[in-house]
Amino acid sequence: MIANRYRLPSSPFRSDGLHQRRKWEERAVKAILLLLALVSVLTTLGIIYVLFQETVLFFRQVSFAQFFLDTRWTPLFLSKRFGIWPLVNGTVLVATGAMMVALPLGLLAAIFMSEFANERVRRILKPFLEVLAGVPTVVYGYFALTFITPILRAIFPQTQIFNAASAAIAMGFMILPMVASLSEDALYAVPNSLREAAYALGATRWEVATQVVVPAALSGIAAAFILAISRAVGETMIVAIAAGQQPKLTLNPLESIETMTAYIVQVSLGDTPHGTLEYQTIFAVGMMLFLMTLGMNVASHLLARRFREVYE
Amino acid sequence: MEQIALELHNLRVYYGNFLAIKDVNLSIPRNQITAIIGPSGVGKSTLLRAINRMNELVPGCRTEGEIIFDGRNIYDPKVDPAEIRRRIGMVFQKPNPFPKSIYENIAWGLRINGFRESRAQMDEAVEGALRAAALWDEVKDKLHQSGLSLSGGQQQRLCIARVIALQPEVILLDEPASALDPIATLKIEELMRELKRDYTLVIVTHNMQQAARVSDYTAMMMLTGEGERSGTVIEFDRTKVIFTNPRDKRTEDYVTGRFG
Repeated sequence: MIANRYRLPSSPFRSDGLHQRRKWEERAVKAILLLLALVSVLTTLGIIYVLFQETVLFFRQVSFAQFFLDTRWTPLFLSKRFGIWPLVNGTVLVATGAMMVALPLGLLAAIFMSEFANERVRRILKPFLEVLAGVPTVVYGYFALTFITPILRAIFPQTQIFNAASAAIAMGFMILPMVASLSEDALYAVPNSLREAAYALGATRWEVATQVVVPAALSGIAAAFILAISRAVGETMIVAIAAGQQPKLTLNPLESIETMTAYIVQVSLGDTPHGTLEYQTIFAVGMMLFLMTLGMNVASHLLARRFREVYE
Repeated sequence: MEQIALELHNLRVYYGNFLAIKDVNLSIPRNQITAIIGPSGVGKSTLLRAINRMNELVPGCRTEGEIIFDGRNIYDPKVDPAEIRRRIGMVFQKPNPFPKSIYENIAWGLRINGFRESRAQMDEAVEGALRAAALWDEVKDKLHQSGLSLSGGQQQRLCIARVIALQPEVILLDEPASALDPIATLKIEELMRELKRDYTLVIVTHNMQQAARVSDYTAMMMLTGEGERSGTVIEFDRTKVIFTNPRDKRTEDYVTGRFG
């Protein structure tokens, strides 16, 4: 009998060394892990604090009306204007263009991988998508400038060297893996019983995928799209290289524009002195950007949660 | 004996190299309820899913032999499995309505199968299917609510309605009441007895009393072959005979509860 071969301390109320040591071990581990978790929280709080502080300084000199009602953004010129909308316009224009590329391609890739590809094809395809996600964004920037722009100029001769469209297309390819991978997760989470039900009614693979699985995964897919948009809005390198530095209110993607992120880069890299109003503009722009992406991330989170509730 | 709806000849189903079902020969009578019984893991569901070619959705699954339905072998390469599945409908163990409205749950199947009539005729078809599934009175005022808002028993009847709407000739039911409470189970059984006037029903069940209560014929499956790993039908007869005077000793042991 095993019970007779060795003995373990038996009282559950003991206060011997072993018990004490394990208790302190537990506490120490818990404290260290908590500290590590706090690092990311504190970093976020620190960023918000700095952004907020400088933004307040900015708005002491520039009114909300100037910021939100003016239609020109020229803080680096002699006649300074502080209307944020040209920058927002540039950001939205590029992000929209990027989504027009990433959304259909990403969703189709996800449908293919989740509903059509067999295990072997999936094992080959997925790493390729992940490699695409690993390409440094600066490479996408040069890809846009030296490859996509010449093609655009060949098709539309009026295209400017720096233009929103080429940055948008490159950015679309950059966020494509993210859209594909997150959408595939959402499709994959749809219970198999639904697919079986549809097949048993005489549906084809395409009908099952597009009319049963995609609608059932819609909130998860929407969450993936919103996350991708927020990534596109925050993306910097591609637009800094390929989209230009001319903030303007336009819907023409072939023109040179400037996004919020590209403006921040422009000022950060220039010789604008620390503490001046010109310098503070980038914090106001950064705050605006932060609020936009935060809003979208929260929306995505809420959508994803609703999605999970349906199937558990 | 009745007319034959389905004839299974030397049916074998493999998962990879594993022979799951071995040499099943069965003639399933028309407008009757045939129950497939037997211990767990014997391949009852696999046999059922062979009848409407659902098995081939499983990677690595292979079927040999023939199933004659309406004068032709459904495993003939020229046969479209989607067409077979429309004419041989299936109800699953766990109710699985689509996350669409009650109305759409039925209309969708009609639409993908080429229903091109007016809205009024669609309304009529949906109502007819819900009435046939004994669900109409319970849902007629909330047709546009989600199918998932119904109770488990109602969901299962919605799944039956969805199948009936496609005017199948055969309905396969894979333990359709095992996830339901006794009252909902009773309703499903009543419904099955109604449905056999118009359809041929094949039901897989774990529940001996259920098989005895609702079915006209019973197929008893057991593991046989090398190392007793492949399932086959060891006895097929009128349910009354299977439960009172079976020929095979194993059937007798099983239906009297001596094992399984």
